[in-house]
Amino acid sequence: MESGNLELQYFLSGITKGSIYAVVAIGFNLIYSATGVLNFAQGEFVMLGGMVAVTLARFVPLPVALAGAVAIVALVGCLLEILFFRRLQRHSILHLVIITIGLSIVLQEIALHLWDEKVRSLPYFTGNEISSLKFFGAAISPQVFWVLATVAVTVVLLHIFLKYTLPGRAMRAGSSNPSAAMLAGINIANMRTLAFGLSAAIGALAGCVISPITMTHYEMGAPLAIKGFAAAILGGLGNPMAAVLGGLMVGVLEAYSVSRLPAAYSDVTVFAVLLLVLFARPHGFWGRPGGESVREH
Amino acid sequence: MKPRLKPGLSFTLLAAALIVVPWILRWADMEYCLTQLTMSLYYAIVVLGLCLVMGYAGQVSLGHGAFFAIGGYTSAVLTTCDVSKWQTAAWLGWIKQSPFCMAREDLFGNPILTLSPWVAFFAAMALAFVVANLIGYPALRLRGHYLAMATLGFGMIVNKVILGTAFTGAADGINGVPEWNLGLGLTVSGKRALRIENYFIASGLLLLLLVLLHNLVRSRVGRALQAIHDRETAANAMGINTALYKLKAFVLSALMAAMAGVFLTHYTAGIGPSEAGALKSVRYVALAAAGGMSSLWGVTGMSTLLNYMSLRGLFGSYDNAVFGLLLIGIVSLAPEGPLKPLARLLRRFVGACRPPNAVGPDAARPDNGPARRASDQTQCLFP
Repeated sequence: MESGNLELQYFLSGITKGSIYAVVAIGFNLIYSATGVLNFAQGEFVMLGGMVAVTLARFVPLPVALAGAVAIVALVGCLLEILFFRRLQRHSILHLVIITIGLSIVLQEIALHLWDEKVRSLPYFTGNEISSLKFFGAAISPQVFWVLATVAVTVVLLHIFLKYTLPGRAMRAGSSNPSAAMLAGINIANMRTLAFGLSAAIGALAGCVISPITMTHYEMGAPLAIKGFAAAILGGLGNPMAAVLGGLMVGVLEAYSVSRLPAAYSDVTVFAVLLLVLFARPHGFWGRPGGESVREH
Repeated sequence: MKPRLKPGLSFTLLAAALIVVPWILRWADMEYCLTQLTMSLYYAIVVLGLCLVMGYAGQVSLGHGAFFAIGGYTSAVLTTCDVSKWQTAAWLGWIKQSPFCMAREDLFGNPILTLSPWVAFFAAMALAFVVANLIGYPALRLRGHYLAMATLGFGMIVNKVILGTAFTGAADGINGVPEWNLGLGLTVSGKRALRIENYFIASGLLLLLLVLLHNLVRSRVGRALQAIHDRETAANAMGINTALYKLKAFVLSALMAAMAGVFLTHYTAGIGPSEAGALKSVRYVALAAAGGMSSLWGVTGMSTLLNYMSLRGLFGSYDNAVFGLLLIGIVSLAPEGPLKPLARLLRRFVGACRPPNAVGPDAARPDNGPARRASDQTQCLFP
């Protein structure tokens, strides 16, 4: 009985972590679909979201602070696209990825010098540090439900946006065939800006909801980006819903490893499984291999 | 085709420049800079190896910090682990007499018996060779971002295993690595008296590897790698064993990283787990990109310069910010590396003679017409 509850506890903590990885992986996927670039600054969006929200929460009520943080970080995402990726048309994908690495370093440094190296956090949305809900015998912080609900709502809304609204469909058209989309009158450049903004907004939202649990710190971005990257690759690039499953798998795997092995080995388990999956399925679980022609282009 | 300096001459010029540096520093009374310069030369070897994989074979590796650490840690563990406690074993009694072992004192003055640095060096290279083959064989079938993730994951595994294992010193790393007597009166050591000697060891090693790579990329192997870089499927169709060539390039560069790790570990007398960190590996890739990726000279120069500046702490707490801004600036303004635009500028002023540092990959294809755009060269990295 007791051990069963423990398993559930670990599982839920894995799902919580995993849902954050899933959100980061969705961000990777949105930008990857629009530009082919893996945006290594994705983790920095999460960090910035938390930082801005903590600062705003000192002056305005919490919901307003959250909305403000998401809006500001989305603006930052759009600006990055307009300042860099819109202008660098002739650069190869690898060069653009390197630029996102540079951006991630610079954003992190800006956060360090704008705020400081201290760890900070938002207040719990409901209850406080010690309040917990009983859930089939496992004790769960109410914030976990906030995280899970936020991620679930985000994923559903994103799905509806991409599937049923005009801008969402234009975005998908632009990623599946840019030249055809352009001929159909879609402004590809603006769609890319939208993808960056959306991805930054989603990252910032994640940064806000996890802030009470994991705290916000200027260096938190890079580890999240690596795990989110792993989740996106595990699911297969180009499919946001696969990214969600990938993220949950990474999170649960990590929690499971923590329950069985020394904590230092949780990343070893995750990446070992990831490597094995990649060696068996070179495009992740749900990724599609792209065809390639031998012609000079 | 534009006239250019013969490679032999440019290497001689580089060697001359490297020899002159310590005298200039001594004259300027800044000899202390040699320590960081030596370290950045060793790091440049890692980035130079990465240049072969990324710039020529067109494959990304975000796991080279791990190979550096495998080299450094193997060497550190073997040369600090006291084997005298196993003396009862019959074979150990024999080994103790052989040149494989070295009796010395540890940091606290206790007598210990450890393996000799040469044994450790060969063990490190062998281990790096085996690991590079084991990881490279399946990973190099992956393309683009998937390969990047696989190598990054490999680096993370190595980093965390080092952090979680007692005999690698966990988070403390390993201290008290002895100096390495190379023979011929040369010793890899961080001692102050040996500063100039060690600078020459590092620059000699770098120069040697630079010449080797320079010749390699102009050989049949180099042309095959370039074909893989430009279009892997086409190279395959032309009868190039792409899998084999990619693996060879990967293993060679992993060995270079491990070698740099061994030398630097003996030089600084220790190694820590951050050497295997993901950020370190990402930084190597960034340095290779900042140097132009397929320009051996540019990569060597940029990585030495940038590493030197950050090791000396020239920018204080803004070090990372400066590195990030430089990286963004160089890669967005001069994706083919800073040397070629500089060379173009120089040529405009000086005239026809091209400076020695502008030897790029297009030298292998003299009939290629005008230098190709950088985006052409790396376009197919992510098909």
